[in-house]
Amino acid sequence: MDIQLKRGLLEVCVLAAIKNEDSYGYKIIKDIKPYVEISESTLYPILRRLQAASLLTERTAEHNGRLRKYYSITESGRKRIEEFKEEWKEIMSIYGFVTKEENCDDEK
Amino acid sequence: MTKNEFLTQLEGRLNGLPDEDIKRSLDYYSEMIDDRLEDGMDEAQAVADIGSMDSIVSEILADVPLQKLVKRRVKPKRALKGLEIALLVLGSPVWAALLLAAAIVIFALYIVLWSVVISLYAVFISFAAAVAAGIFDMCLTLFKGAALQSAMYFGIALVCAGLMILFFHIGNLAAKGAAILGKKILIGIKKCFI
Repeated sequence: MDIQLKRGLLEVCVLAAIKNEDSYGYKIIKDIKPYVEISESTLYPILRRLQAASLLTERTAEHNGRLRKYYSITESGRKRIEEFKEEWKEIMSIYGFVTKEENCDDEK
Repeated sequence: MTKNEFLTQLEGRLNGLPDEDIKRSLDYYSEMIDDRLEDGMDEAQAVADIGSMDSIVSEILADVPLQKLVKRRVKPKRALKGLEIALLVLGSPVWAALLLAAAIVIFALYIVLWSVVISLYAVFISFAAAVAAGIFDMCLTLFKGAALQSAMYFGIALVCAGLMILFFHIGNLAAKGAAILGKKILIGIKKCFI
C-alpha cells in the first residue's frame, strides 16, 4: 500500500481505537493489529502528530506501581473520524466505478 | 537484550536530540516493554518484539525538524570568550566557505536526482512528438499514393508509441524512487547531527 495513504489510515485507526474508552499504547497496537500491520515505532510518531493536531490528549496515570500514558479522543478527533467516513463513501463509489469497468472487460 | 540494555542503547543512539524528546521516547518504549512483560512475555522476547533499533531511531528522527537538530548541535554549551569570537570571525572565510560548499553539494545531489526524472519524462515527450509526426507523415504519404512509404511511417509511429509508454512508466518509477531516496538522504543528514 502507498506509504502516505497507509499513514493517514493508521491515524484514523488510532482515533477509532480510543473512540469508546481511553486506551494506552500497547492496547492500541493489540486492538489495531488484527486489521492492519502496525508496530511500536510507527505508532510513536502517529501519537505525537495526533496530539500536536489536538485530535487526542494524553495523561499519565499510575498502573501497578509504574506510570502509563493514557490517550483520550477530543471533539476534533471525533470529527476527524466522521470526516473519514464521509471521504470513504466517495472512495467506495469510485471503487464501484473502477470495478464496473473491469467487469465490462471480462464480459468482452 | 534486557530492558535496561535496550533503553541505554536507545538513549545512546538518540544522543543529540533535545532532552525532552529523548525522555519521551524512553518513557514510551519503557512502558511498551513493561506492558508486554505484564502480558506474560519474558524480558528478552518483549525487547525483541519491539522491533529493530534502526527503524525505531529512523521513525523518531523523521519527525524531528532538521533545524532543531542543527541548532542543538551548534549551540555552544557556555558563553563564547572574546578570543573565540575573534577566531570565529577571522576564520569565517574558511568555515563559511566549507559550510556553503557542503550545502551546495547536498543541493546538487537533489538536483541530479530530479534531473534524471525530468530527463526521463523529456524522452517520453519526445517519443510522443515522434508518434504524432509519424502519423502525420503516414497520412501525407497515403494521400500521395505511396502505400509502402506510408506503411513504413505507420511502423515507426507504432514503435515510438511503444517506447513512449515504456518511458512514461520508467519516469513514474524514477519519480517515486527519487522521492524515497530524497527522504533517506534527509534522514542520513539528520543522523550526522545526533
